[in-house]
Amino acid sequence: MKKLIKLEINGENFDVAISPAAYLIDVIRETVGLSGTKKGCGVGDCGACTVLIDGRPTLSCITLAVACAGKAITTIEGLSRGSELHPVQRAFIDKGAVQCGFCTPGMVLSSKALLDENPHPSQDEIKTALAGNLCRCTGYAKIIEAVEHAGRLLSGEGCDEQA
Amino acid sequence: MSKRDFDVIGKGVTRKDGPKKVKGEHEFADDLQFPMMLHGRIKRSDIGHGRIVRIDTSRAEALTGVKAVLIGAETPIKYGIVPQMPTEYALAHEKVRFYGEPVAAVAAVDAETAEQALDLIEIEYEALPVYTTPEEAMAEGAVKIHADNRFPGNIAYEADQNFGDVDEAFRNSHYVLEKTFKTSYVNHAFMEPHCAVSKFDTNGELFIWSTTQVPHYLHRHLSKVLQMEMNRIHVKVTGVGGAFGGKGEVSNNELISALLARKAGRPVKVLYSRKDVFLQHRGRHPIEMRVKVGVDKDGMITAIDYDGTMDGGSYGGWGLVILFYTAAMLHLPYDVKNVRFNARRIYTNKPTCGAMRGLGGVQPRFALESLLDQIAIDIGMNPYELKKRNAIGLSHETVSGQVVRHCEFRKCLDQAVELSGYKEKHGKLPFGKGIGLAGGYYISGTAYTLYMAYKPHSSAMIRVDNESGVTVYCGATDIGQGSDTVLGMMAAEKFGLPFESVHVVSGDTSLAPFDLGTFASRVTVAAGSAVCKAADNIMEKIMPVAAIQLGVRPGQLEARNGKIFSVFEPGKEIDFWKVVEKYIDAHGPLTATGDYTPPRRTGNFKGANIGHSPTYGFSAQCTEVDIDTETGEVRIVRVTEAGDCGQPINPVSVEGQVEGSIVMGMGQALFEEIKVGKDGRLLNPSLHDYKIPTMADVPELRTTFVDSYDPDSPFGAKEAGEGPIQPVIPAIFNAVYDAIGVRFTEMPITPEKVLQALDAKKKQEGKGR
Ligand code: FES
Ligand code: FES
Repeated sequence: MKKLIKLEINGENFDVAISPAAYLIDVIRETVGLSGTKKGCGVGDCGACTVLIDGRPTLSCITLAVACAGKAITTIEGLSRGSELHPVQRAFIDKGAVQCGFCTPGMVLSSKALLDENPHPSQDEIKTALAGNLCRCTGYAKIIEAVEHAGRLLSGEGCDEQA
Repeated sequence: MSKRDFDVIGKGVTRKDGPKKVKGEHEFADDLQFPMMLHGRIKRSDIGHGRIVRIDTSRAEALTGVKAVLIGAETPIKYGIVPQMPTEYALAHEKVRFYGEPVAAVAAVDAETAEQALDLIEIEYEALPVYTTPEEAMAEGAVKIHADNRFPGNIAYEADQNFGDVDEAFRNSHYVLEKTFKTSYVNHAFMEPHCAVSKFDTNGELFIWSTTQVPHYLHRHLSKVLQMEMNRIHVKVTGVGGAFGGKGEVSNNELISALLARKAGRPVKVLYSRKDVFLQHRGRHPIEMRVKVGVDKDGMITAIDYDGTMDGGSYGGWGLVILFYTAAMLHLPYDVKNVRFNARRIYTNKPTCGAMRGLGGVQPRFALESLLDQIAIDIGMNPYELKKRNAIGLSHETVSGQVVRHCEFRKCLDQAVELSGYKEKHGKLPFGKGIGLAGGYYISGTAYTLYMAYKPHSSAMIRVDNESGVTVYCGATDIGQGSDTVLGMMAAEKFGLPFESVHVVSGDTSLAPFDLGTFASRVTVAAGSAVCKAADNIMEKIMPVAAIQLGVRPGQLEARNGKIFSVFEPGKEIDFWKVVEKYIDAHGPLTATGDYTPPRRTGNFKGANIGHSPTYGFSAQCTEVDIDTETGEVRIVRVTEAGDCGQPINPVSVEGQVEGSIVMGMGQALFEEIKVGKDGRLLNPSLHDYKIPTMADVPELRTTFVDSYDPDSPFGAKEAGEGPIQPVIPAIFNAVYDAIGVRFTEMPITPEKVLQALDAKKKQEGKGR
């Protein structure tokens, strides 16, 4: 039996009729139609499906959608306003941290959550915080650089070196 | 083409797909939705080898919501990426050859219904013995996995090549070392699972959107399997979420989606689960190889003898080609006159091996660079010294006839050694810490197509007009490596326009002119050459127009900064777009094409077509490790890479290729391995149990380039995406030897193996005392 629930995604309310067994990722992608959240494994191993729930990075592929009613869900689509990029997104581009882009939405959201809590993380802190987000293209080096750079952009020390 | 100061090439540009990707707007195949679209799922075999006796799909067909059910007997047409050796079916026909092979497929209104229907399909098998190792498959009396295989012992194909006089050279050697090496069964583990969506239009033409590296080969295969003319099939490459060779041949889901769409009369999406990805596989061949190398008293290599058995898994795939690539990649980047290569690829009852980043090179490189390291140490020479002495020079022709037109490998060795402090560190670090050196190289494209054809391997068309700007149409496929950006940069440089003003249309068999696809590190050189020629042809058309406008000769004109100007008479200049307008006013649309065919070289032996490439990339790496002798854990501390990729077109992307290669190689060296049960079942087909490197594993990466420019390549460029993985594994193994004095010859070096080896070493030393 489907259930009617209200989900708040990126500040907008959606009334969705879903099965109580439906996972958040499928509701976001299929029912709501926001395809920026990616599914790399569907069982909690890769981090591609990361969204923020009340600001905390959460694997949407192992989170039941019904459990998210009343919480603030942020997907990658909710991070930037129109064509204006969030500093984390800007930093990923500037530092060449994007290749195929499949891990990117999850990686960007996990990075944002980290920087919200810890604006100037050390390399080791970045590595620990993002160890659950797999990327097979970049070798991670440029992602680490991007997160450091984003930290600087967010605290207004933006215009370092060539970036 | 000569080197000069470029405006776009070698400068950092923002790739156009960057903003889309960070916003999650880049469209992958699974992001596509069509009205009335069905979801396809695949029923897979639950035995490792056997004959299909009976399939009953009636209960599945009766399930509400099921719109089509398909079995192999309905599509009994064999295909294969190597067309001379077709071995595969879209769905198993008459027999299954590995545990998890697709046997039937269902299209239903949603994925859950399709999955339910799979459970209702009944299949009866007559089991055959399951062979999970080449040894078992080659044993006397083993059942043939492919009945029509012309070789005995489940040998898919064999190779023997012999150059010079290997035995004589060994007899005259100062020192000879022989060891047996074993590589592991690893998967590409790209992040995006395969997905394809097929849709027939009202006129019965097929449109397929897929995450493929090879739209052209998909196009051919669809035509064969669906028995449709190619001109009624349109292949569109969506965003590709990583591929590394794994999407470099046709995947069952692509054919199945098309077959189901035809049968159901509705669009069908077939998305793989992560487990499906492991079953589709096409990862690196495990090879057991006995390799013998001799040197004279100066450390010059006298001969190499190789005997290898490749575990191919159940189908042909790229296997035949990879077998011969392994031969071709045995001895370069060193100058060796006597080389013998004997090898065979064996069918086993496992998911098929195929093309994976650096194919053909990674395994022999591992063996050879390990042996050279050991030989140097054994004869009291620094490994760097030995490798440098044997390294080929600026150009070279191998004993097998491969022509290297441009090489800066010696510079790579020097730079990696110098930056890492290798000479000061090697042999001198405290127990548990070590540094290792290895070199490598890779092709930048192949000399031949997989089927007999004389057509150009790449072609491009450029359209320039005042309304839509510059559009480059090229069939090359951007799989995340950034080839669209590179091709756009090349056109921009040629026209003297900013990169942002060039549009690239690629990866579409209907819109873009022919290209073979993205594999063998061919795109920058091949598609790049085609784009450069097309751009030159455009310039040839407009320069006379500009010359008339300016009252000068066309030969003295150059295009830069949006202007066309005389190099001799400053001030004589005209806006690029003004010239385009004048041209179009007088002559009509401004378009031009360009194409590229690599030099066709061959020789007088079996497999002689394979290994030739227009040009080659080189690299050297020094890797530092720190081994925890309590836990056995090998930690990579720092990797210093010096690469000769010619002129890097987009340096940030090239660094990204190098870094991705290093970390991928680390995974294979230290922990990645697919485990297979006796019944042929995969034991760890998930990203939880099949570990790939995470951010926490990443060492310090020092990615550098040597000064290099191949004058015969487009803007001096060579490959960058597969060369850098070549030295990774042996550099780690050599570092481990330097750290603890144990020569591992089998991948991966797990902590258990380290502890065992340390234990054995202690006992050995105890005895010695
Ligand atoms: S898709 Fe959710 S963790 Fe992989
Ligand atoms: S950019 Fe491809 S997986 Fe991270």
